[in-house]
Amino acid sequence: MLKNLCQKMFGRSLWVYHANSGGCNGCDIEVLNVLTPYYDVERFGIKLVGSPRHADVMLCQGPAMRSTAQALKRAYEAMPAPKLVFAIGSCACGGGMWFDSYSVIGPVEKVIPVNYYIPGCPPRPEAIIYGVAVALGLVDKKTAPVQFKQVEMPIPRYHPEDLRTEGDLVVYEKLEKV
Amino acid sequence: MSVLSKLEETLICLKAGRVTLPYPAEPSPPPQKFRGRPIFDASKCIGCAGCANNCPAREILVFDVCQEIRILKYLGRRCTYCGRCADVCPEKAITMSQEFENGTNAIGDLQQNLELFMSTCQRCGRCFPEPSPLEQLKMKGYRFDDLQNERWIFRSRAYLDKDATVDDIKIELD
Repeated sequence: MLKNLCQKMFGRSLWVYHANSGGCNGCDIEVLNVLTPYYDVERFGIKLVGSPRHADVMLCQGPAMRSTAQALKRAYEAMPAPKLVFAIGSCACGGGMWFDSYSVIGPVEKVIPVNYYIPGCPPRPEAIIYGVAVALGLVDKKTAPVQFKQVEMPIPRYHPEDLRTEGDLVVYEKLEKV
Repeated sequence: MSVLSKLEETLICLKAGRVTLPYPAEPSPPPQKFRGRPIFDASKCIGCAGCANNCPAREILVFDVCQEIRILKYLGRRCTYCGRCADVCPEKAITMSQEFENGTNAIGDLQQNLELFMSTCQRCGRCFPEPSPLEQLKMKGYRFDDLQNERWIFRSRAYLDKDATVDDIKIELD
């Protein structure tokens, strides 16, 4: 549904606003790298704008810090209505390596709603383009949760309560299964 | 003068040719030593929790359901792909893959959940003692990381007294 909405609303071009709320500048450099002629993201109509009032998409880098959370929220509220938020880098996705320190609130999604996540520290420029392409519906996402379950126990458990005395012998009732 | 400089610029551009990568249409493989998403191999993992104790971002959680089953949960949200888990793994069950295209609209897509069988002694029900240098990394006893809130709890032993969900705990405490 989000995808359809995306295609409908942002059919022509995305104007992105680039908000760093306390990151280390690594993701910033990768985002600016995406805009260079080598990766040339302008062929998808993506353009960097200087004000959140002109933007459709907010690219968040860095965790939500105590000092910048309010400013981040205000920047998000200043964006016009059909808006998307991309969390770029592990800080924005999950809070980063220092997620439990006093000045870090946590991931960006604790302050503003996040639509797309691009993990990596920093993500490669290709990874950022891939995330944008997933949002635009050009490619399908590749990740899926992995679940491994132990259905059958390799060794059955020994139960002392199943021991039974028969005369001189002690018989373990479940011996056949073991 | 300006016309000449423009001509020069055009010449430079023609010489360079087309440099833009046709990326989402064609794959662009990362360099050989690139570290991407770690992949957990459940068939090799022995459940020693060395990766959980070594993860700087506390992204690998361990939960002991009972004596035999241990759940290993990799969240992958704030993983920086540092490769310390793969480095410390004695069985080489974790490999740093070259996957970098992890863009997704749900953060839960990055999770990996392993439910491991921990082999115990048939008589006493304890795990086998392993004489290896890895024992330094181990936490003794059970671990009860918070799977619901996805938080790593360091002092798992503190949880043993008040909620003893497993009867066999008494054996494991030393």
